Parts: sequence; C-alpha cells; structure tokens
Amino acid sequence: MNYSGLIRLFLFPGLIFAVPAGWFFVWVEHKAVARIQRRIGPPLLQPFWDFVKLLGKRTPARSGIDANLLRLYPVFSVLSLVAALALLPVFPAHAGGFSGDCVLLVGLMEVPSICYILAGFTSGSIYGEIGATREALLSVASNVVMLLSLVTIAVTAKSFHLVDLAGPSLNPGHWVGVLGLLLCIPAKLRLNPFSTAGAEQEIYSGPLTEYAGAALGLWELAHALEWLLLTGLVATLILPTALAWWIYAPAFVVVCFLEVLLLSAIAASTARLTLERSINFYWRWAAVLAVLAISSAAVMRFRL
Amino acid sequence: MSLLQKLLHKARVKSPRIFHINSGSCNGCDIELITCLSPRYDVEQLGIHLEASPRHADILCITGPVTRNTLEAVKNAYAQVCEPKAVVAIGSCGATCNVFAGSPSVVGPLSKYIPVDVYVPGCPPHPDAIINGIFEAAHILAERGVRKEAKGLPQE
Repeated sequence: MNYSGLIRLFLFPGLIFAVPAGWFFVWVEHKAVARIQRRIGPPLLQPFWDFVKLLGKRTPARSGIDANLLRLYPVFSVLSLVAALALLPVFPAHAGGFSGDCVLLVGLMEVPSICYILAGFTSGSIYGEIGATREALLSVASNVVMLLSLVTIAVTAKSFHLVDLAGPSLNPGHWVGVLGLLLCIPAKLRLNPFSTAGAEQEIYSGPLTEYAGAALGLWELAHALEWLLLTGLVATLILPTALAWWIYAPAFVVVCFLEVLLLSAIAASTARLTLERSINFYWRWAAVLAVLAISSAAVMRFRL
Repeated sequence: MSLLQKLLHKARVKSPRIFHINSGSCNGCDIELITCLSPRYDVEQLGIHLEASPRHADILCITGPVTRNTLEAVKNAYAQVCEPKAVVAIGSCGATCNVFAGSPSVVGPLSKYIPVDVYVPGCPPHPDAIINGIFEAAHILAERGVRKEAKGLPQE
C-alpha cells in the first residue's frame, strides 16, 4: 500500500509540519515588519500563545443558523487549506497527484476567501459587510491574474498535473507566471498595500469583527496556513525537482522564508491603498502582464 | 493547577490584547497610549497588541472621565469583551474625574459603572506606567481565568 498521500496530508507539508511552519511564518512577518520599523517585535512563540489564549476565551452564546455557519466557516477554511497543502508538488520525484490536480488546488485555495466573504455577510455587522464587499471585489481582480499566471505555467509545461509544473524551467513563460503569482500573494493574504478588506482603524476588523474566542483562533490559524500554502506553491515552482528529500525539505523552508521576508518588506514599506486603486493595479497592470504572458506562452507552444 | 490550566495561564499573560476607548478624554492619555506602540516603547515585544474590535480583546483600556454621551458606549464595549477580561483606567480622570469633576456633562468616575482592575494615575501618565498597568492587568486576568475554571463557576 502507498502511504505517500497520508504522509502528505498529515506530515509534510500537511498538518504536523504546516501548523508550526505557518505560525513561524506569521512570526517572521511580524518580526520583519517590526525590525523594519526599528522595533524589537514579538517573541518567537507569540502566534502559539495567541492561539492557546483564544481557545481559552469564553464566547457569548449566539443562536440560530447564523451561529452554526459562523462556527463552520473557519473550520472549512482550515480543512481546505490542509487539503491544498497536501496537493503541493513537494518531492516531485515521489509525488502522486493526478492529471488536472492544478484545477483542484485553485479551487481549494479559493475556499478561505469565499468563507471570509460569507462570514462578513453572515455576521450581520455593517463593518463585516463592508469588509466582505471589499474582499469580494479585490479577490475577483487578483484571481484573474492568478489564474492566468497558473495557466501560463501550465501551458508552458503542457500539463495540468502539478508534478509537471514543479521545478524551474528554461521557458521564460514559467518565470513570468511565477512573477504573476508573487504579485497576487499580497492581495490573497490581505497584506499592505492591499489590506482594505480587514482595515483596522477604519472598519474595525472587517468580516472578523464579530468573531471571538476559538473561532477567531481558527481564522488566525487559517491565515497562517495560507501563508505557507501561497509561499510554498511558489517555492515548489522554483526549486529543482531532482534534489534528495533531505536537501529539498530545508530548501523548501528557506525559499518560503525568503518570500515571507520579501512580502513583509513590501507590506512594511507601503501604505494601504484604497479599494479602487488596488483593483486598478490588478486590472490595469497585473492583468495586462498576465494576458501578455499567456498569449506568448500559447504562441510559443504552437510554434515549437 | 493542572497542566492545561498552567498553559492557559501562561498564554493569557503572554498575549494580552487591548482595546482602547476614549470616554471623553482630553486626548492627552490617548497620545501616551499610542506612544506605547511606537519604536521607543514597542509593546509588541510583550505580546501586547492593539485590537480593532472589543470582541478580540482581553483588556479594556479606558481614558477620560465618563461623559454622558460616552456612558452607553463604555458599558457596551465592556459587555462585548469576552471573559476572562480586565479593565485598565488610564489617567487620573478614570479614578477621580480630575479637572472635569463637577461638570454637568460628566457622570464619572468609571468605577461607578464597570469594575476597574488597574488604575494608572497621571495627567497624562508616562508610557512606561501604562505598559506596567497593562502588564499587571494581564496577570490579574490570568489569575481570574484560573480561579473561575477551578471553581467551575458560571461565567457571566
């Protein structure tokens, strides 16, 4: 019997690796932002203590279908992110997967964002609704770029099987696709300059305003896993596939770490853009880049 | 204390999240509280984080004497913070109404309406004193959580 699927789901890059790694990357982000602002920043275990503390909070009782939905959204987000992590083509030499798993990965990556939007509307808070609307508009804009980038990579690799997409390629289309993915990550993670959806000081915490206790802790865990998933996806597209597992696994973490540093530096050095400007950025500039990339990839494919 | 309670106690001390309410303050204490987040004092190294929603917070930081207009907001925000929670009154106004005492629009002091755990006196208090007050409140809150769990008391 082949246990590689279970190992991926529970060990690497699944639950046992992903939860501490996600918390570590959240800490790296906070620490990097703090260092850039010449502060000291939080201690290493801060995300862990935050999570434990939130589990110990007693939340006010809410009744009806709303309460159940609000409790389920973060659970769905965490589960879909763990499943998406298990699909990542780490150790491509031993990877399973199936033809077309790239499409499933895109679907699973969207679940947290959809849950976040639904949570905002379900909570009944006006701030939640404003935040959810912002997230919906921004995710439509950034998803166009992200899908086009992934399709560009798939077209250059002539496959929708993630194992075939993994690893560096001589084809420039692959690298333009990776660049497009990197451009989308700040919007997906709601980082500055695209952080309008959960803009504190303005609309409280956006869709999460009404959340408290364990459910809020799960949302924070989902955010940590999202960090790992998105940086990990780019890492698998960059890292050479022929490496032995004991070189690949540390290299994977190092590449993710460097991406987190880059994204934190961008977040610390930019201010929050208005919704209109964020959407303009994706539709006007990033989408143009992505359309050029996919059309050139398609042309090259037919020529070769 | 069981192992789980010890872990929760430590987590509560290490991760106090604060929510700030201005209940008619002259803005002096608010400026000093925001200074705590700046590079010079950097409360994030103690795990203290200023939250945008009272639902996410553990410690309520209230500045100002309570005015008639803000009374309902203060009571409401206090009710929104989930147990275990603690309240820090920042500045002399919270304790005594200070120079605003006797004003027809001031209905304070704060302790008439909600239980206050830590008073940070001063007009305005020094940021170091505010950080000390929040840190003390985090310990009070952790002790309170453990006590209630041990007794199995119903939570309000």
